[in-house]
Amino acid sequence: MSAKERVAGNVANYVDERTGSAKWLKKNLNKVFPDHWSFMLGEIALYSFVILLLSGTFLTFWFDPSMEHVVYKGSYQPLKDVEMSAAYASALNISFDVRGGLLMRQIHHWAALIFIAAIVVHLLRVFFTGAFRKPREFNWILGVGLLTLAIVEGFLGYSLPDDLLSGTGVRIAHAIIQAIPVVGTYLSFFAFGGAFPSEIFIPRIYVVHILLIPGIMLALITVHLMLVWYQKHTQYPGPGRTEKNVVGYPLMPVYMAKAGGFFFIVFGVTALLGATASINPLWLYGPYTPGQVTAGSQPDWYMGWLDGLVRMAPPWETYAFGYTISWNILIPALIVPGIIFTGMALYPFIESWITGDKREHHILDRPRNVPNRTALGAMSITFIIVSLINGGNDLIATHFDLSINQIMWGTRIGIIVLPPLAFVITKRICLSLQRADRELVLHGRETGRLVMLPHGEFVEVHEELTPEKKWLLTQHEQAAPIELELVDQAGVRNPKTFRAKLQARFSAANAEAVAKPTAQDLKQLENEHH
Amino acid sequence: MSNELAPLSDPGLPAHVHRKADIDPVAEKRAEQQVAVLFAISAFGTLLFIYSYLFIDTESFVFIPVMGNTNAHQLGLGMGLAIALLGIGFGAVHWAKTLMSDTEVIAERHEMRSEDADRDAFVASVKERSEVAGLGRRSLIKRTLGLSVGLVGISPILLLGDLGPLPGKSLEETNWRRGTRLVTDPGDRPIKPADLEVGAVAQVLPELRPGQKRTLNDIAKDAVLLIRLRTEEFQLDAERLSWTYEGIIAFSKICSHMGCAVALYEQTTKHLLCPCHQSTFDVTRAAKVIFGPSARPLPQLAITVDADGNLMAQKPFNEAVGPSYWERS
Repeated sequence: MSAKERVAGNVANYVDERTGSAKWLKKNLNKVFPDHWSFMLGEIALYSFVILLLSGTFLTFWFDPSMEHVVYKGSYQPLKDVEMSAAYASALNISFDVRGGLLMRQIHHWAALIFIAAIVVHLLRVFFTGAFRKPREFNWILGVGLLTLAIVEGFLGYSLPDDLLSGTGVRIAHAIIQAIPVVGTYLSFFAFGGAFPSEIFIPRIYVVHILLIPGIMLALITVHLMLVWYQKHTQYPGPGRTEKNVVGYPLMPVYMAKAGGFFFIVFGVTALLGATASINPLWLYGPYTPGQVTAGSQPDWYMGWLDGLVRMAPPWETYAFGYTISWNILIPALIVPGIIFTGMALYPFIESWITGDKREHHILDRPRNVPNRTALGAMSITFIIVSLINGGNDLIATHFDLSINQIMWGTRIGIIVLPPLAFVITKRICLSLQRADRELVLHGRETGRLVMLPHGEFVEVHEELTPEKKWLLTQHEQAAPIELELVDQAGVRNPKTFRAKLQARFSAANAEAVAKPTAQDLKQLENEHH
Repeated sequence: MSNELAPLSDPGLPAHVHRKADIDPVAEKRAEQQVAVLFAISAFGTLLFIYSYLFIDTESFVFIPVMGNTNAHQLGLGMGLAIALLGIGFGAVHWAKTLMSDTEVIAERHEMRSEDADRDAFVASVKERSEVAGLGRRSLIKRTLGLSVGLVGISPILLLGDLGPLPGKSLEETNWRRGTRLVTDPGDRPIKPADLEVGAVAQVLPELRPGQKRTLNDIAKDAVLLIRLRTEEFQLDAERLSWTYEGIIAFSKICSHMGCAVALYEQTTKHLLCPCHQSTFDVTRAAKVIFGPSARPLPQLAITVDADGNLMAQKPFNEAVGPSYWERS
């Protein structure tokens, strides 16, 4: 035994005698993780969060979350001697007078954009592959919660510098709170410590941004990861992969090296962006004052869809008995997002009710094999994209020389027409892909080689698929729709007829599929050929 | 159900294919060197970072194609950090992919559900413990505990009471009074009608009373936009026309939708546009909403001139300015 090994052994012994960790570590260092590029999306979100904590901590050393009036004396000449809040002045100070401050600010902002983008793409991966099914519904809900918190956290973060652009965003958030019926005015006065903009709002959201929300997120992320660990990761279908096993590489050393390395890559890419791509150049906007605004005011991308919805809302307000209800704000800013996020959180339960499937699933779906879910996802993405386009309608209008009114009307109609259209088209594409899979399994791959038969007929040579490929294309289940039982065997009417009918209808739509080839089909084909 | 027909059979995990570095010592050596080079590049990145921090002047700029004039200090720091991090990252991943074992391992997976015996034992012990606590029997304790826990929750909520003042009537009030002179923003100079040519726009605020200091909260309610048209261009009723002065009309600059500053005036169409959500108001028709999400015209301020010929307010706004709220009538 070398000296090094002896020291390591002593340390391990010391720790184990006090914690009993050897058994746990032995088991978990050998933990198997399946390998797929799409499993890195959640990792990107996690690493961006760490980058945000690191870069954010750096920024707090200089940022002064105060709305006290100061006269700027820093080194950025165009704003010299301009009156502004201490928050904005310190943000300028970080950008111009702290070495590496601008880099860190840009890394922080880029990491936030990447963080939320990674969460969204990770969520789409989980959705389209059905990874949210039993037993992972809790983790799905945690994920939806984390996305919601991340969006709020991002908004609060870019509101902190108190520049003209971010102040305009806060003004809009304030109007949304104020539009809530009955309690809105009171809520806004409590949140802002008085009327807008007040002198206490920035310090308040600062504490929420750097402590409260990150703390909650850290706790939720920990639970999210513990559940992934405990429930073991899902895996894509393939030869040798079943609901009863996990095929992949052990944590030590392969995943430690890959995941650790990947953290540095994500951080490196963020640093590269921070070094070369300017983001939120707040010195160009000037300090916030409610009487001014920048033309082409744009929120960050994850708020853009909300802004687009607000822009396209019809001008509806109700006045009755001396009270006002602003539907033009409530519907796009609170009701529609509320429905979207609630529906998203409940989706695993809705799907399991429709399919009647209460079993555990660890093998992921290929999206084409679940046409309804895939179509629903495409429909949601379409909805968000149309909203997002309208959120940038002013920039689109100036860049492409279009009329803003036409874009607005286009998206107003598009938001109603296009999502259902996307649903139908996606479902058809899924079924066509299923048909293509069936053809491939039964008749093999088209090789493009034409052969002339002795009697003059030309045929294209088809090459049979490997057994592995055939298995991949046919391993999925094709569940039959739930039978409608209006009357049970004893002749008693089902008391839940409406629900049962609804379920049967959804289930029938959900079960629509191109029959996958079976062993019998293949055998029959073989017999015909011989 | 097609499931009942026999599915194709699972051929099982395919045979492991060795990588080049697993079987060829030359390839293995090469992979090892590649990893080492990547780590060395990382070290170079950190040196660049240190050099930039200490020796590149924070005010020095270099011209980089595409990026334009760039601060050399920030760029050196950023590139150094990026190279240092990416070198470690790519090195570690390359190491894992080429040199660490890539033999796939199969682990068992078990259903999440506990064994029936464990579940029964758990239920039994919960029942037993709650009987020990006697919650079922001692309903007096249960009820008073419920009461006190319910009440104690009120205290922290009540403590939040001082977060802000109650709104009262403050949303309806501005600093515009009868006779308040209009002053330029910025500059605080009174305005005469002759200062505004036809087609011109000016932002004004109420003149400060002696000793009064203007806060952002004031501006958020008081900001007013003056626009001068030819009188014959207005399509107003008699009352609203009397609120204008020689073709000068005054509107609250705070959008009646969500409170942004309605800052874009299009001279040819005489439309005011809010850059936030594109609510569009027709100046000739008392800021009637002609497009976009806003449901109300911008409040109009009645103006006239004082004895010295300076523009002043005839009276306060006759409605609350800014976005709607529940109590707004």
